[in-house]
Amino acid sequence: MKRKSALLSLLFIALIILSAIFAPLISPFNPSEQFKDGLTLQGAPIAPSGKYLLGTDLLGRDLLSRLIYGARTSLIVGIIANGVAVIVGTTIGLLAGFLRGRLGNLIMRFTDLMMAFPALLLAITLSAIFSPSLLIVALVISMVNWVQIARVIYTQTISIAEREYVLATKGLGATNNRVITRHILPHLLPTVLVYTTLGIATTVLLEATLSFLGVGVRPPTPSWGNIIFENQTYFITAPWLVFIPGLAIVLLALSFNLLGDALRDELDPTQRGLS
Amino acid sequence: MARYILNRLTQTFFILIGVSFITFMLLYILPADPAVQIAGRSATPDTVESIRRELGLDKPLFVQYFNYMINLLQGDLGRSYLQKSEVGTLILSRLGPTISLMFFAILAELILGLFAGVVAAIYRGKKLDKGLMIGSFVTVSAPQFIVSILVLYVFAVKLGWFPIGGYGKPIHYVLPALTLGILGSGWYSRVMRSSMLDVLRQDYIRTARAKGASQKRVIIRHALKNAILPIVAMIGLDIGIFMGGIVVVESVFGWPGIGQLAWQAIQRVDIPIIMGVTLVSAVFIVLGNLFADLVSPFIDPRIRLKK
Repeated sequence: MKRKSALLSLLFIALIILSAIFAPLISPFNPSEQFKDGLTLQGAPIAPSGKYLLGTDLLGRDLLSRLIYGARTSLIVGIIANGVAVIVGTTIGLLAGFLRGRLGNLIMRFTDLMMAFPALLLAITLSAIFSPSLLIVALVISMVNWVQIARVIYTQTISIAEREYVLATKGLGATNNRVITRHILPHLLPTVLVYTTLGIATTVLLEATLSFLGVGVRPPTPSWGNIIFENQTYFITAPWLVFIPGLAIVLLALSFNLLGDALRDELDPTQRGLS
Repeated sequence: MARYILNRLTQTFFILIGVSFITFMLLYILPADPAVQIAGRSATPDTVESIRRELGLDKPLFVQYFNYMINLLQGDLGRSYLQKSEVGTLILSRLGPTISLMFFAILAELILGLFAGVVAAIYRGKKLDKGLMIGSFVTVSAPQFIVSILVLYVFAVKLGWFPIGGYGKPIHYVLPALTLGILGSGWYSRVMRSSMLDVLRQDYIRTARAKGASQKRVIIRHALKNAILPIVAMIGLDIGIFMGGIVVVESVFGWPGIGQLAWQAIQRVDIPIIMGVTLVSAVFIVLGNLFADLVSPFIDPRIRLKK
């Protein structure tokens, strides 16, 4: 049952990635074009119907096209933000775990400190004060997200670095560099993979939240969060404008979470069969 | 034990100093110039300069931080740039709504989460269990603002049972607490389920069953008390999670707490307020974590004996 849901998640993720890549080919309309027949005579958005499959937004633009292009934004922010967080977190956790001693301790106390930050508040403040761009949003998110990975990698590195084969390699005169890259890092990769997958879910949610508050990715560039931000005043008369992008966000985050959870079970045999 | 508590308290103190330092530096290095904000667009450079001097913004950053900390130790969080009142007073006046919402939100999370967790454990492997566990994944994957809007849409707009916003009457608590309850319940239900399954495997449960206790009695009288122990520590961590997400919920529901205060301050770049709310939230987070670390030995004699 876990494998089945992981497979479904993988399929959904692939679908989103493909539609992000081939957005210009599959999107029915230009996402920023305001159609004359895109609004009712009273100037309200049009409900999902034949020509506009998912309806139109408050400016008479096609919602489906905006969603398809919005997938690009979510994925780009997700990949950059999470990539930076994983690289920074893994490096710091690995170094702290390998060096131990004062420096390692100092690094870990710093992560304690980061854990005490009201992270979302910090992210909102930073991206509001910098005039937000895709890159800034991604960097702010990674600033918040690296800590968790660093702490997990730290604990794992400590346990791996004390194993006999690592001591033996050191005894044979291997340099620190070689011990880390050849003998410790490969054992950390499964963990890194799991946290990369789970991290994308967190990142997608954070980007959507920042964009929803209007401090993330700015319109007219569509992102799933800012589609909701733009249309939220219509949520009573045109609920699809809020709930369709909302569903997209939840499904994408859910897929990454389910996939990450299944990967953790596969890669860590001690966890298998426990639940 | 006393020594351990003392150590953790000192650590907590230094963490708070660190948080204040980093937040201060981040906020003051940023490109927004508060003096220009206060003076307004038509102000002359001279006016801006005098405002800057008045606020002490012309001094080196470290001196500014030092002054801020000296004041902070005397309980003074500074003055809001735009609202002309003490940040401490502003935060105090907003703290009540936030804390009462926190109480009801965590209560809702516990009710929903524990119930779902216990039911899932009893029906382990059955359809109900699978459904509840997928549900718990969905709640972890749903952003706060979407669930907030969904709850508002269903219960306030469509059914009309509750008001859309507002504060003051008990009825206003229902929707925000329900939203946070749904969101947080997934986390609790997963832990509760696995904790319950652990307990149900124990010998004393088998003994109770062998003595003829009914399923209901075994679960409620024997298993629940032990299965709930890990949950108590989670409440501490949950205080931190609540504080982290407060800006979104309070701004969607128009809740007059410190999250809304912070959100208004962020939009106007009113740095002393942002700084104050960040610090107050950090205090809650750190104390919550401290509670989580310290509470287990108190409620679970088995952990105490091992030390």
